[in-house]
Amino acid sequence: MTGGLQGPGPLDRPQPTGRRNSQGIRVDPDAEADPETRRAVLSALVEHEPGVLAEVSGLFSRRQFNIESLTVGPTENDNRARITLVFEEPEPGLEQAKKQLEKLLPVVSVTELPDDATRRELALIKVSATRPDEVSALASMYDAQAVDAGRETITVEVTGSKQKIDAAVEAFDRFGTHEIVRTGIAALSRGAEYTATTPDGAPADD
Amino acid sequence: MSDSPVSEMDETNEASEEIDRTEHSPEQRAEERPVTTGADSVVRALENAGVEYLFGVQGGAIMPVYDALYDSEQLTHLTMAHEQGASHAADAYGIVAGEPGVCLATSGPGATNLVTGIADANMDSDPMIALTGQVPTAFVGNDAFQETDTTGVTDPITKTNFFASDPDEVGDDVGAALALANTGRPGPTLVDLPKDITNAETDREPGEPKTPDTFHAPEKADEAAVEETARAIEAADKPVILAGGGVIKGDATDELRAFAKEYEIPVITTMPGIGAFPEDHELSLEWAGMHGTGFANMAITHCDVLIGIGTRFDDRLTGGIETFAPEAKVVHVDIDPAEISKNIHADYPLIGDAGAVIEQLHEEIEFAPDADEWREQCQTWKSEYPMDYQTPDDEPLKPEFVVEALDEATSDRAIVTTGVGQHQMWASQYWTFTEPRTWVSSHGLGTMGYGLPAAIGARLAADDDQEVICFEGDGSLLMTIQELSVAVRENMDITVAVLNNEYVGMVRQWQDAFFEGRHAASEYSWCPEFDKLAEAFGARGFAVDDYDEVADTIEAALEYDGPSVIDFHIDPRANVYPMVPSGGANGQFALSEAQLEDL
Ligand SMILES: Cc1ncc(C[n+]2csc(CCOP(=O)(O)OP(=O)(O)O)c2C)c(N)n1
Repeated sequence: MTGGLQGPGPLDRPQPTGRRNSQGIRVDPDAEADPETRRAVLSALVEHEPGVLAEVSGLFSRRQFNIESLTVGPTENDNRARITLVFEEPEPGLEQAKKQLEKLLPVVSVTELPDDATRRELALIKVSATRPDEVSALASMYDAQAVDAGRETITVEVTGSKQKIDAAVEAFDRFGTHEIVRTGIAALSRGAEYTATTPDGAPADD
Repeated sequence: MSDSPVSEMDETNEASEEIDRTEHSPEQRAEERPVTTGADSVVRALENAGVEYLFGVQGGAIMPVYDALYDSEQLTHLTMAHEQGASHAADAYGIVAGEPGVCLATSGPGATNLVTGIADANMDSDPMIALTGQVPTAFVGNDAFQETDTTGVTDPITKTNFFASDPDEVGDDVGAALALANTGRPGPTLVDLPKDITNAETDREPGEPKTPDTFHAPEKADEAAVEETARAIEAADKPVILAGGGVIKGDATDELRAFAKEYEIPVITTMPGIGAFPEDHELSLEWAGMHGTGFANMAITHCDVLIGIGTRFDDRLTGGIETFAPEAKVVHVDIDPAEISKNIHADYPLIGDAGAVIEQLHEEIEFAPDADEWREQCQTWKSEYPMDYQTPDDEPLKPEFVVEALDEATSDRAIVTTGVGQHQMWASQYWTFTEPRTWVSSHGLGTMGYGLPAAIGARLAADDDQEVICFEGDGSLLMTIQELSVAVRENMDITVAVLNNEYVGMVRQWQDAFFEGRHAASEYSWCPEFDKLAEAFGARGFAVDDYDEVADTIEAALEYDGPSVIDFHIDPRANVYPMVPSGGANGQFALSEAQLEDL
């Protein structure tokens, strides 16, 4: 082949000693291990219009963010819906996901909820009805309610934290699980604090 | 413009030649020709935004819009040979004019043919708007004839898109799409126009184009952050500026030049940033990255403060992340917060408009960094790694020579468009760019076939005295050569230089480097004669084999008032250097085949 330029070869050039990690962060020789992943709950207030959910879920899949759960529903304002997203990423990824979400036009605001935020999930657990009394006893331990009871199956409704639901799902399995549905986490910040505010700090719901 | 179709048409219509309708007020337009349908309202929104040109292809679902266009004296529509050509032409128009280019197409295949150009504009953040016809609302979702979920298909490749659902508001949708395309970080937007909406009656004139309330574009960076950054720059020993395409899109080249010159900081550009800083200036190190200059790649590797402005730190620029500017504190100025620390961690993030933030820094910095030694080092690298090439008598024409000859024969403000491949790299390396908006290429997407339709869009946006030169490869040109028919029909003064190596050369180069020279599907056993093909289209065609024909042929082609094609038969074995293999260290660029083998 032809072409080529004059000049010292790669091995004859000075080399810097520094390095960056795969996140593009300069590696500090004193510290720095691989970044730890963190589980985060994001609450996004969005315009209540068709296609928003597709836009949000499309964004997460094409940028390879792992969503653990995503719920969406109306709010006190007819024009707004709230999306609650739970996902796990290393720190720079979390920040990136939040900023990418904020870039979507129908997204009004995005907040990461603190650990003490109220988080609830609902599950419907359909089990075999062969031992109805035991089902009902277990249900009361979990503050659960039987919402459908037939000759063959009983469906109980449980709400609570993810951990509580996980435990209930496991506990009811002893009766023989037919089917389960879980809503994913819905969350709001505690006290008078607003979960979502506009960039100028005002409540975003008006 | 003497060479444009419009003035030709205007000559046959004396009255309209006098009137510049872009200067009309919305009220004047409404009075002269009130809106009666949704389609009228689409056209009115374009007129009110000052649009002059549209690029597109007719078809069923978009016919109402074309019918409304028929009455507009402000808007000139260019029928392209293929919708991909329309989207590239609109994209290039946007790059050169700094105003959104407009393309339109019918539903289904018309819309999907636009997709490559939309994706291209999205990757390079070019202002553009696409208007697509759609089947009537009642048919949507039924797999109707020529139905495609266009908003679904284009969601990941547009800044945002709209599905028009109300004839009273469709003009506002178009206004919002136009405003969004060029506010904040530019990018393509799209409005999908169901035929019932454009056909429906309405007398509502569209309002002022405005961006939606949920959209925010930052202006100035946080003052405290600017102060901290200024201290870091003052303290630098080895500072370098990395100017990206955002500097040009943000019209911040004056601010950048003043800043760099005052504090004597060497300037590297990214490929899209070519033209942000004059390449013939002493402080210029030209551009860095995979095929960037050796001196730029040395400087970026060894700097201690890297001031990135309007760049997204793309992988073709950074090479392997681990070895990118490994000792530099990174200042990152960007209007898009999501770019900060996306690929390269920013030690000093400054979110805002490029020009505004450079001015903030300019004011805040109290003294220039003490960098005499560093600047000397940069000059040493320039002489150690010169971009000098050989032209042996017994070897065929070298592409670098052709690029330099065309640069020589044209003005400083000449516009260069390219396809994608080796020819693109030679054009960017051996042309000396000094002005913004003169380099028009497909960077992020790397779309073969971009050059010719881009030259058409660029020609309409350019001033009369700016030559438009299109560098194409034989493979790349074949992808969109049909657009030559448009250039001929509209008598556009464009010079296409084919750097013809009878290979898809960039692929052949990689095969030689990384696939043991196995030329799978990269060799043409037969390639058309581009000079004759050009003549068949009605353009002027030339073919060049020898060095002594180069200058005269270029002169003849430039003199011809209309499109011409010069088929330069270049050395088929020529390779592009320097080269950083993908994922490699920028400082470890290879200057030759032998050096590549050492890596
Ligand atoms: C649409 C498209 N298809 C495929 C590629 C992959 N590709 C990149 S460069 C190249 C070769 C281009 O050949 P040519 O146009 O002859 O230019 P040269 O490299 O020889 O200058 C190819 C096939 C691409 N970039 N774009």
